Parts: sequence; structure tokens; C-alpha cells
Amino acid sequence: MRKEDRNFQGILVFGETRSNKIHSVTYELTGKARNLADVKGCEVSVLLLAESLRDDPSDLFRFGADKVLVVQDPSLSIFNQGIAVNVLKAIIEAENPEILLAPATTIGRTVLPSVAAMLQTGLTADCTGLEIDPDSGLLLQTRPAIGGNVMATIKTPVHRPQMATVRPKTFRIPAPRNRTGTLIYPTLPKETFSSPIQSIHLQRAEGDGGNIQDRDCVVSGGKGLRRPEGFRLIKELAELIDAGVGASRPTVEAKWISYPHQVGLSGKVVAPKIYLAAGISGAVQHLAGMQTAQKIIAINKDPEAPIFRIADVALCGDLYDILPRLIERIRVERCERNG
Amino acid sequence: MTMNLAVLIKQVPDSDEVKMDPEKGTMIREGVSSIINPLDLNALEAAVGISKAFGGRVTVLTMGPSQAEEALREAIALGADRAILLSDRAFAGADSWATSLVLAETLRKTGPYDIVLAGEKATDGETGQVGPEVAALMGYNLATYVSFLDAGPRGVSVKCTVEEGTLYQWIPLPCLLTVLNDLNEPSLPTLAGKKKARRAEILKLGLAELGLTRENVGLLGSPTRVVRIETPKITRQTEFFSARDLERGIDRVIDILKEAAVI
Ligand SMILES: Cc1cc2nc3c(=O)[nH]c(=O)nc-3n(C[C@H](O)[C@H](O)[C@H](O)COP(=O)(O)OP(=O)(O)OC[C@H]3O[C@@H](n4cnc5c(N)ncnc54)[C@H](O)[C@@H]3O)c2cc1C
Ligand SMILES: Nc1ncnc2c1ncn2[C@@H]1O[C@H](COP(=O)(O)O)[C@@H](O)[C@H]1O
Repeated sequence: MRKEDRNFQGILVFGETRSNKIHSVTYELTGKARNLADVKGCEVSVLLLAESLRDDPSDLFRFGADKVLVVQDPSLSIFNQGIAVNVLKAIIEAENPEILLAPATTIGRTVLPSVAAMLQTGLTADCTGLEIDPDSGLLLQTRPAIGGNVMATIKTPVHRPQMATVRPKTFRIPAPRNRTGTLIYPTLPKETFSSPIQSIHLQRAEGDGGNIQDRDCVVSGGKGLRRPEGFRLIKELAELIDAGVGASRPTVEAKWISYPHQVGLSGKVVAPKIYLAAGISGAVQHLAGMQTAQKIIAINKDPEAPIFRIADVALCGDLYDILPRLIERIRVERCERNG
Repeated sequence: MTMNLAVLIKQVPDSDEVKMDPEKGTMIREGVSSIINPLDLNALEAAVGISKAFGGRVTVLTMGPSQAEEALREAIALGADRAILLSDRAFAGADSWATSLVLAETLRKTGPYDIVLAGEKATDGETGQVGPEVAALMGYNLATYVSFLDAGPRGVSVKCTVEEGTLYQWIPLPCLLTVLNDLNEPSLPTLAGKKKARRAEILKLGLAELGLTRENVGLLGSPTRVVRIETPKITRQTEFFSARDLERGIDRVIDILKEAAVI
């Protein structure tokens, strides 16, 4: 829809709930929306869909929401794209947000493009940066660009809402503040909650070695390992410092390691205290998944490797020389401390 | 009953061949060959399987430059029955909305279809938006991240891979499914298929044939605009260690691990 057609105002966050609990990405996006809203001088609303919410939705006020809309219905117990699209569309039509943010999760990446097409507006996937253009007030959406080692900034000049998805862990949850807002339980027509699609069952997976997104340290290996067995060395170091194991995309494509370990634009975004990359060149698509780590340590034999440009500590040399030395040193430190 | 199937395919640069320019930090695309987006091969494999089981026809369509004809011929070699190339100068510079509009209009003009399949995402743009947007424009039921499917005369049972695990759904026809590579193992072209592909007639449609206007397609019809392209800023002070300095470098790493209370 074009901006002339209606009065669009404020920022709406399409929050995510899992098992009736508010997922952390909702807090991340609420915090980011608050920053943007402060620049624009507008309000932040957060929409939550659940069967029956177990967390306190008013908690979101402290992270930047002015209004929280909770839509609850028995049909929302398992994700149903037909129903989720109906609900979001109804809320957009009632609220007329100028900007709509959603997590780039399987839910957000299904619902948002559907709604964008229905409303005939633009959508930018997997943004790593969001800003308000001081001149035009437009949302500037930054994401790694097609193919190159570059970032593209995209805007939606005339269509509304301006829509973007953001990967979990891209933005930090802000410190909570003492603020309040309005909590609303909108009533929507009954047919909103029906869809030809039937969601039959959600089979929860057993954790695949723990989610690397929740780890304090991540040790990642890339194509520079040269062979699948190289990951043994990565795992050895990871176990020693209780880190998660990450990987670059080519190693996943070569089936040296499974997809849940992939870090980057098409894998996971991690924001650990320490990220150690061995044999990874540092393509922008990989950086998109780890550049917000507090400390970055990179091992690469190429002194010009782009990863060194964002590393705090650059170790230039053969990883098959450096990693064993590092592992040995950590073992020695451990022994000394334990007496 | 027979099934009328369509597969959306995209030609992308072969990412295995793409090299980095060490000076500029950009990708060198010259001389890189093109392939069918890998996930689209899974979509095609599934479509061919369904048409074999029920009888029916598989149409592949792609919007792209005239070279994209190669991708369509390859799809015919892999079992597609009909191929449509959507090529027009006016389509250039399309974002996912403007791409989806052309694909949806084509489906409408050449359909109706029972099942449309697409890749979950393309390896070049990686928006993963085209499938869901086409479904919405067509009013088809949508399933995404499909890693298993069982088609029946009235609908498709699917398993979708989501963060929490596996979601089991029933999707009535007509529908559009975006698929993952766990779905199947794409087959290789047969000799007979290759022969058929060489002779096959490719249906070519442009702006006029689809009855669309210039303002709605390509860059003009795209709601989004790229405002700038830049190389990421360097935000960290790098301590660099090599050769004989490496031992000191390892000392620094040990310090950092200690500071973070990891060791
Ligand atoms: C749309 C799109 C999405 C993408 N998404 C992702 C993503 O999510 N994640 C991702 O990682 N990539 C992604 N990529 C791929 C990305 O562009 C790069 O191709 C990839 O990150 C490179 O992986 P790499 O660093 O392991 O391999 P390479 O680029 O081949 O680098 C290997 C490095 O190892 C070094 N090396 C070799 N031998 C040794 C040794 N003995 N000791 C030390 N160093 C050594 C080399 O100097 C080199 O720097 C994506 C690409 C596209 C187009
Ligand atoms: N130009 C195109 N022509 C035909 N199909 C496309 C085109 N672009 C994208 N698709 C389909 O949409 C899927 C997702 O692409 P994308 O949204 O670009 O990541 C692809 O796997 C294709 O099935």
C-alpha cells in the first residue's frame, strides 16, 4: 500500500512466542524498535500470538514497548501460517504501522513475505543494521549484499509499512528501564482463527549438542581445515574451554559438519564473549553471523585475510601448528591452577 | 486424477567457483558458470516424482536473462515437460515483490496448477521471500521449510523443519511449497532427457504477453530501493602476530580466556 493511501504511524514488532513463552528475540527487536522510535518520535507496539501466554507481557514495557497487543486463541497452540497471516494482517489494518519488524525465524520468514505481498509493499530479509534516515525519516535497512563482500542499504520510499526481518542475536537486549504502557487483548472476528491449513503436531527435537547461540565461547572452523577430520581439533579446543562449535558454510556444504553449526547469513548469528575462527577467510556472509562477538580471535595463514580486519587478535600462521600449541598452553594453565 | 505441477527455478552463479578479490574484498564473478539454484533441483525432483505417481505435467518457469534458457533445458533433461522463460528488459532490477508478481501472473495465465514448488531460498540473493510472496499473490495455501512431503489428490502432508523441531501439517490443494535439501536426492539427467532437452521448445513470455505494465515490474515496480553499497567499517584494533611473535600471540589469547573466566 502507498503511504498516501492512509495515515501510517509508529513501529509494530511482530513478536515471537514459543510454547506460550516470549522468545528473547522479541526483547531484542523491542529494544531496537525503541531506539528507532525515539529518533522518529513515535510509539512502539508489540504483537504477541499465543494459545495462553505464560510470561508477563507487560514486561515488554521495560524494554521499550508503549503498547503490547496479546492475541490468544486455542488455534494458536501450534504455528499455523494461515492463521498467523490473518491475525497480523488484521492488526496491521487496525494499527497502520509505518514500520513493521519481525524476527527472521521460520515463523517470521513465512508470515512476513506473505503479508508483504498481500499489502503490496517491500520487505528486506535478514537485516544486520536498522537506522532512521535523519532527512527523510525512512527506515534504512542494511544487509549483506548479493554475492560480494559488501553491505547494501535498502529503503522502501513510498510503500507502507516498511518491513524488515532481523535474525535473532543481531541486536542486544537493552537494559530494562522503569516504564509502563498499555496492555491490550484485541478481539478479532472468529474467522481470523480458521485456515484451510491444518497444523497437526509439533515434534520437538532433542538438542543437537546445545544451541551455539547460547554459548559464551564459540570456536569455528573453515575451509582452511582442508579435511573433515580437521574438526576434531576444533572440537578438542571447544571442549577444553566449554565452547560451542561453529563452522563456515563451505564446510557444512561439504558435509564435514552439520547445518546447526553454520555461522553466518544463512546459518546462525552468534554473539558470544569470545569467537575464535580458524581457517576462515572472513567473507561478509560469515561476518554477518559473528561480528558482534565481544572478542574475536582469528587464525589464518594469509596475512591479508579479511577476518583479520575485524579480529582483536590475529594469529597469522598454519592452524595445524597454532591450534595444538594453544591447546597445550591451555592444558598447562589448567594444571598450574589446579595445583 | 492428474496433477498439474509447476516449479519455480532460478539460475545462480556457481558459488563453489566464486573467488574473492583480495584487494577490493569483492567477489570475482567473471568466468563463473551458472547453475540451477540447488534447492530448486530438490523442488523439481519432488514435482517429477508426483507427476509420475499421479500422471500430470511439470512446468518449470524462470524469470531471468536469455541465458536462463540453459537452466530450463537442464530442467527438461531432469524430467520437466514444459518450460517457460520470462525475459524482458522491463523485468530487470526486480526485487522479490516485482519478481513474484511476474511469476504469479505467469502461473495464472498458464495454469491452473495443483502444486507449485520452489526452493526455500536462492544462494545468490537469499531472501527466501519469492515462494511465500507468489503463494500470497495466487491465494494458494503455503508451506515453507518442507523436508518431507506426501501428495494426495486433495492435499499434501508435509513435515517442516522449524527451530523447535518438526512441524507436521496438512496443506490442501492448490498449494505452494518451499523445500529444503533433506526432501530428496536430485537425480542426474538421463541421455534420453538430454536429447529431449535439446529439441524442446521453450515458451518465451514478456511484458506484453503477460499483460503487465512497465510500472509494475522490474526496478520501477519494486517497492524497495538500494540506497548505498559499502564495505563494512573496521571497528576493532587488531593485534597482529606472526612467525616468531606467535608465542606472544598465544599469550594474548590465554589472557583473553582468563579475563572471560573461561580458564
Ligand atoms: C548468499 C550467500 C550466503 C552465504 N552464507 C554464508 C554463511 O551463512 N556462512 C558462511 O560461513 N558463509 C556463507 N557464504 C559463503 C561465503 O561467501 C564464503 O564463501 C565462506 O564464508 C568462505 O568460507 P571459508 O572462510 O571457510 O573458506 P575460504 O574462503 O576458502 O577460506 C579459507 C581460509 O583458510 C585459510 N587457510 C587455508 N589453510 C590454512 C591453514 N593451514 N592454516 C590457517 N589458515 C588456512 C585461507 O587463507 C583462507 O583464508 C554465503 C555466500 C552467499 C553468496
Ligand atoms: N527469478 C526467478 N525465477 C523463478 N523462480 C525464482 C526466481 N527468483 C526466485 N525464485 C524461486 O524462489 C525461491 C527463493 O528465492 P529467493 O526468494 O530469491 O531466495 C528460489 O529457490 C526459486 O524457486
